[in-house]
Amino acid sequence: MPVLSVRDLSVRAGDLPLVHGVSFDLSAGERVGLIGESGSGKSLTALAVMGLLGKGLTAQGQVLFEGQDLMSTTEKRRCQLRGNGLSMVFQEPMTALNPTMRVGRQIGEVLRVHRNLGKRAAREQARGLMERVDIPDPVHYERHYPHQLSGGQRQRIMLAMATACEPSVILADEPTTALDVTVQSRMLELMRKLVAEQNSALLLITHDLAVVSEMSDRILTMYGGHIVESGSTKSLLDHPRHPYTSALVATSNAVTVDSKAPAGALPMIEGSVPATGQFPTGCPFRDRCPRADEKCAVMPPLEPLGDQVVACWHPVPENAGDPASRVGA
Amino acid sequence: MSEGAVALTLEPEGVSLGRADDQSLRRRWAASPSALIGLILVLLVFVTALISLVWTPYPPLAVDPAHNLSGMSSSHLLGTDQYGRDVLSRVMSSAQITVYAGALAVFIAALIGIPAGLYAAWRGGAPGEAVLRLADLIYAFPALLAAITLSAAIGASTTTAMIAIGIAYTPVFIRVTRSNALLVLSSEYILAARSYGRRPLAIMRRHVLPNISATIIIQMTLLFSLAILAEAALDYLGLGTNPPTASWGNMLQDSQNYLNKDVMLSVWPGVAIFLTVLGSNLLGDGLGDVFDPRRKR
Ligand SMILES: Nc1ncnc2c1ncn2[C@@H]1O[C@H](COP(=O)(O)OP(=O)(O)O)[C@@H](O)[C@H]1O
Ligand code: SF4
Ligand SMILES: [Mg+2]
Repeated sequence: MPVLSVRDLSVRAGDLPLVHGVSFDLSAGERVGLIGESGSGKSLTALAVMGLLGKGLTAQGQVLFEGQDLMSTTEKRRCQLRGNGLSMVFQEPMTALNPTMRVGRQIGEVLRVHRNLGKRAAREQARGLMERVDIPDPVHYERHYPHQLSGGQRQRIMLAMATACEPSVILADEPTTALDVTVQSRMLELMRKLVAEQNSALLLITHDLAVVSEMSDRILTMYGGHIVESGSTKSLLDHPRHPYTSALVATSNAVTVDSKAPAGALPMIEGSVPATGQFPTGCPFRDRCPRADEKCAVMPPLEPLGDQVVACWHPVPENAGDPASRVGA
Repeated sequence: MSEGAVALTLEPEGVSLGRADDQSLRRRWAASPSALIGLILVLLVFVTALISLVWTPYPPLAVDPAHNLSGMSSSHLLGTDQYGRDVLSRVMSSAQITVYAGALAVFIAALIGIPAGLYAAWRGGAPGEAVLRLADLIYAFPALLAAITLSAAIGASTTTAMIAIGIAYTPVFIRVTRSNALLVLSSEYILAARSYGRRPLAIMRRHVLPNISATIIIQMTLLFSLAILAEAALDYLGLGTNPPTASWGNMLQDSQNYLNKDVMLSVWPGVAIFLTVLGSNLLGDGLGDVFDPRRKR
């Protein structure tokens, strides 16, 4: 049984739909990548799963955590699960850490919420957690405020907080986007190690295909609030079938080949992501898609296609392009 | 859990005004002369109040008609008043009234205003709006008039006057707390705290309050000076501290009839009021620089 099963989850701002009935499963120990350009609805999906959507946003559908629907349970129960059953790593560790709280105490917070620990016990355990995320000399570093640490250290503090109670599900929203490359790989390695140790399921949100190809077993592609393709990392990156995934992969290769471009740079696809609420009706990729025709005025259903599941009327043929040049090679 | 039960007050642990280490905080104090001068003046008032509790040159209420209006001398450094009471002793013990009055008004305004402001920020919508409208209503009523009315209704005393002043200034705390809390609540670390299961009350106490405490303390300092001024004015009008207890306001009032005998009788309490108000204003203005390293230079 999957530990997290998202069923037909939609998010809207008033009348404006932002996420359109997405469904996916995460199993224990599984690492799943969620990719898509900025504005595709990745963060909203993660926040909706956590039950942390901002004011004015409403979610519908089911979020089954270990079989229990979080959407229809009490806020009290959700608070018990946040940080304990499901946790989140944010993109910007500078803004996601409280600037006036020493980092040791900040890690201890998570334990105090869920483990009912006193101050002293929480501090003791927080030290252990700091060591686990490669912050040596915790007795020294626990007294630092976030701004006194490097970006990499801050993000590892966030990771220590997100893994403190060994949650079954970790949602990491662009956890390495704010970091520079050398620090990035260390953070990813650490994440992989901790997730494996705890047998957690990881949903890794990123727009960096190099990161997902290295980190995930499976990939979901999201665009315009829809999941448009999913499949195993290898098959999806080697033979993307959805024109959007295909474009993402192609531009990512171009970026990787051009060594001057910063790694993790936003893939550039013809045209740009429409502003909120400006996606075309029918297939959201219609206005940028080279394969679009009048049939695409109706949203295609997600259907199995070879090794993947794809939502497209005119998918890319399986052997298009040269697999050898794909990411991860 | 324990956090839920604790009221929304500033706990010492929460007021970690140093985003920075203590050392750089000390350096910033040194770099802000106005804050430092203000702090020294305010501390002087507090210390005087404390000393006067255990020692004054003469008992402040002890009359000595034989030596009234003596002028400055070696036995009465600041002279004596019309009843022969030692002016220095009375100026000193008045500091108690001043500290009590200022602290009471600030306490009341903060006790009501901070939770109300936090509530308005968290709830928003109609209830939040209602809190703001109520604040406007209170704000429209002049503070001194409120104090005079309350004194007339339930009898004049320092406590009555300061309750009125405190309530009159709650809108300031409501607004400052609300607007700063809104800013903090929209930040990602609040979302992060919610993502690990913190409940609203604990978030307010552990994450919002410490991050707005600097602004609140500045506001407290400024209200402290306003309250002292108001208290002096009410005492001068005979609507606050009851004689024979000494206060700078009623000393000033008493001195009016003897200006031709000893003009300094009005100078001492006047200077005391001036320096105290100046001190807490300087402190309030300068604290901004001390707390926030980005604000200066
Ligand atoms: N509170 C909101 N109200 C209206 N639109 C929003 C709100 N939050 C996000 N959006 C819109 O929803 C879309 C998806 O956002 P998001 O999930 O953050 O994308 P991603 O994480 O993939 O970059 C964006 O177009 C964004 O502008
Ligand atoms: S459905 Fe049509 S527009 Fe959408 S991706 Fe497929 S071909 Fe392109
Ligand atoms: Mg995002």
